[in-house]
Amino acid sequence: MVIDSAAFLIGARYMSFLHRRGFLKAGAACALSAPFFGVSGRVEVASKTLVIAYHTPLPGLDPARSPQSANPTVQSIYKALYDPYIDQNPNLSFKPGILTKWAWQLHKSRIALTIRRGALWHDGKPVTADDLAWSLVRAADPASGNPMQFAFGKMAHFQLRGDTVTVELKEFEPAMLKWLAFLTAYILPEQAFTAAGKDWDNQAIGSGPYRLDKFERNGFIRLKRFDKYWGPKPAFETVIYKFVPDPVTRVAEIESGSADITLEVPYEVYDRLRRKPGLAGVSTPVSDLGIIFLSNKGVMRDSNVRKAAAHAIDKKTLVQKVLSGYGVPVDTLQAPQYAAYDPTIKVPYDPALARQLLAASGFSPENPAKLIIQTTRGYKPKDFEMISAIVGMWRKVGIEAEVEVYDIAHHFQLLLKGELAPAAFYNWGNAIGDPSTSTGAAMLGPFAAWKSDDAERRVAALTLEQDEARRIAGYKAVDRYFAQQAYVIPLLQYVQPIVHKKHLKVTPFVAGGIVAQAVK
Amino acid sequence: MRRLLWLLPTLFGVAVCVFVLMRVVPGDPVALMAGPGASVEDIERIRAQHGLDRPLAVQFAHWLTGIARGDWGDSLSLGRPVLSLIGAHLPATLELVLVALLPACGGALCVALLLTHIRGAAVRAPAQLALNIAQGVPDFLWALLLMLALGVWLPLLPVSGRSDPALASDFETSFHLLEALWRLDLHATTDLLRHLLLPATSLALPFGALLARVLTVKLREAMAQQYVLSARALGLSRMTVMRRVALRNAWVPALAFGGTQLVFLLGGTVLIEQVYGFPGVGRLAMEAVARRDLPLVQGLVLTFSLLFLLVRWAVDLLLLWVDPRMRITA
Repeated sequence: MVIDSAAFLIGARYMSFLHRRGFLKAGAACALSAPFFGVSGRVEVASKTLVIAYHTPLPGLDPARSPQSANPTVQSIYKALYDPYIDQNPNLSFKPGILTKWAWQLHKSRIALTIRRGALWHDGKPVTADDLAWSLVRAADPASGNPMQFAFGKMAHFQLRGDTVTVELKEFEPAMLKWLAFLTAYILPEQAFTAAGKDWDNQAIGSGPYRLDKFERNGFIRLKRFDKYWGPKPAFETVIYKFVPDPVTRVAEIESGSADITLEVPYEVYDRLRRKPGLAGVSTPVSDLGIIFLSNKGVMRDSNVRKAAAHAIDKKTLVQKVLSGYGVPVDTLQAPQYAAYDPTIKVPYDPALARQLLAASGFSPENPAKLIIQTTRGYKPKDFEMISAIVGMWRKVGIEAEVEVYDIAHHFQLLLKGELAPAAFYNWGNAIGDPSTSTGAAMLGPFAAWKSDDAERRVAALTLEQDEARRIAGYKAVDRYFAQQAYVIPLLQYVQPIVHKKHLKVTPFVAGGIVAQAVK
Repeated sequence: MRRLLWLLPTLFGVAVCVFVLMRVVPGDPVALMAGPGASVEDIERIRAQHGLDRPLAVQFAHWLTGIARGDWGDSLSLGRPVLSLIGAHLPATLELVLVALLPACGGALCVALLLTHIRGAAVRAPAQLALNIAQGVPDFLWALLLMLALGVWLPLLPVSGRSDPALASDFETSFHLLEALWRLDLHATTDLLRHLLLPATSLALPFGALLARVLTVKLREAMAQQYVLSARALGLSRMTVMRRVALRNAWVPALAFGGTQLVFLLGGTVLIEQVYGFPGVGRLAMEAVARRDLPLVQGLVLTFSLLFLLVRWAVDLLLLWVDPRMRITA
C-alpha cells in the first residue's frame, strides 16, 4: 500500500508536469542530450577559471586536525585558503605570512610573534592577535588532534600584548620558528570556527588569497578570489582543485583539456606531454629525498660492507636511466636547498674501491655478502625499478641482496619496532629545510633505523645547540661523519613534474604541490 | 524472514573476521600517524588516545558496543566519524551501481533475444565474439580503454569525478542523481549522467555479457519446451513467443544468477572509482587500507557485507514474487 501511494505521488508529480509542459520539456531534454557527446559539459566556466587535476585529496578543511592534514602534498591547497603564520618562497626561504615579525627571546626559551595589521577574514572581519593566540593554543593542545604535536606541543604559556603574542616553550626546539611555516601552521578565526563546529567543511573561513566556494570530499574544492586579500591579487577568479588519484587519469585530464594543470605524472609521459602542442612542462627538485636506510644488523654491522654498498651505487646512471634524468643525486640527508647542505661532502661511485673494501672483509662476487633490502613498489616514481638496478650494481661488486616489497604502513611499523631489514628504501621530506628534520629525525629517536651510540651522541648534542651558526656547522660535520661511516645511503632528490597549458606561467615550489595564487 | 534472522550472526562473524584481520596484517597506523619527528611519548599518547593500547578483546567489545549505539568510531587518518564518512560516500557508489545495472540488464536482454532469435552464424559468431571480449576483459581495463577512447582520443565525456566542479547545483542529500531527477534539474542530471557513463559502462560490460550468456542459454532451453511449440502452433510469431512465453521462464534463473553476481559488481567499484576519481566508498576503502585506518576499514567492510546480504535478500524476495513455484518450495 505504501509503495502504491508513493508510486501514485511520483506519478502525479510527473504526469502533471508532462501535461503542462510536456512537449517543451521533451524538446529541452533532446537538446540537453547533445552535451553527452558534444561540447564541453561545463555549465559556466569563465576564462578566469583555473582547473588543477591534483594527485592528493584534501582530508577536510581543518588544516590542523587529522594526520592527513599534515600531508605535505595538500599544503599548497591550504595555503590558498588560509594564511600560514610564516610564508615560504618557491626556494623554501621564509617570508612574512600573517606574521610580520617573528623572533626568539630569552635565550631561545620564548618566541615573539607579531600579527599583520589590516588583514581580513573572508567574512570581512579583521584578523586579530586574539585569533593568533587562539590558533596557537589550539595547535599546542593534544586534544585538538593536531598531528604536529611533537613540535607545537612544546608551546606552553601564551601572552598577548597588542599585536604581539609571546609563547614560552616547555623545552628548546631549534626549528620552532621554521615549523610556523609548514604543516598545520595556519591561522584560523576563533569565532567562526567555534560557531561552525562540525560544519566547518562547508563554512570554512580563512584569510588567504582565495575563499571557499564549495568542497566535496574526494571530489574537488572550488575557490573564489578574495578581493580584500592583503597580499598580491591572484590572477584567476576561480580555482578548482579536482582530486584525481590515478596518474593515468590525470594524464587523461590534461590531454583531454579538462584540466589546465596537473602534476606527478610518470616521467616518460611528462616528456611526451610537454612536447605536445598547446602543453608545456616545468620540473623542479622538491624537498623529498629517496634514501636507503641501513640498520646495524647482519652484514651491515661491517663498515666495509656498508661503505662498499655506498660506493657501488652509480647514482647518476640511476637518475639518467631509471628516472629519465629527473632527479638530483645526493650524498647526505640535506638537499641543496636545505640550511645545512654541504656540497663538499661526496660519496663517489667507485666500484673498484667497493670490491677492495668487500675483499678486506672476505667477500667477493663469488662469495657475496648477503642481505635483504626492502622497498615500496609504486609509492614513489620507479622505486622498485631503482632498487632492482641497485641490486644489480651491488651484485657486480660482491653484495647479494634479496628484494622484499612492503608498503608505507609496514615500513613505519618495522622502523618503530627496530625490525627493518639491513637495508630499506624509503623517502624523507623536509619542506622547512632544517637539519633537525632530516639528519636529526632520521638518525635519532624512535624512527631512526641506524642506532649506535656515536650517531645518537653526535645528533643529540645538536638538539641542544642554541647558536644557529654552530648548530648548522655541527650538522654539516655530522653529515660528513655519517657519509664516511656509511650509516645511511642517500640516493637522490626527487623532481616534481608539472604539465600545464602553454599560455599559463606556473611557478614551481621546492615544497611541492601547485600554489594556485602563483599561477599567472 | 529466516534470512533476515541470519543477518545479525553473519554480520557479527564478519565483524570478528575484519577486526582480527586488520590487526594481523602488517602495518601500524599509529607509527604512520605520529610521523618521523615524534618521540616515544608522542607515539604512546596517540595510541592511548585511540584506545589502541588496550587488550584486543576490550577494543573489540568497545567497537561493537559503539556500533550498537550508532557510534562507529572516528577515522584515524581523517579524524572524522566513520559513519558520516560512509554516509557521504555510499550514495555515490549506489548510484554508480544502479546506473551500471540498467544498461547491463537491458543490454543483456537485447543480446539474448537477438542471439536466440537469429539462427545464422554470420550474426551469431560476431555477437558471441563480442560477448567473449566484453566478459573476458576485466572492468578496470575497460575503464582505461573507455577513458582513452571517449575521454582522450574523442574527448566526448569527462574522465574523472562525479560532477563538473563548475556546476552551480547544490544538493541537500548525497544522492545527487536521484535528487537532480526529483527536482527535474535537467542540467544537473545530464552532467551527473555524463560523469557516470564511463565508470558505469566499465562495470556494466563484463557483468552484462555474463548475464547475456546465461539468459541466452535459458532462453534457448525454454524455446525447446513443449509449451513453446504449442504457442507456435497457435500461430504466434517466433519473436512473440520468445518475448511473451519463453522469456518469462528464462529470466527467473537468470535473475537468480544475476543476483549472486551483483555483489561482484559492488566489489568492482573499488577499482573503478580509483581509476575515475569517483568519490564513492570504493575509493575511500582503498585509502583506508593503505593507511591502516582500522575503524574506517572495519566500518567499510561491515557496510559492504550488509549491502551484499541485503542484495541477496532482495533478490530472493524478488524470485519468490516472480516464481510461484519457489514459494511452494520455500
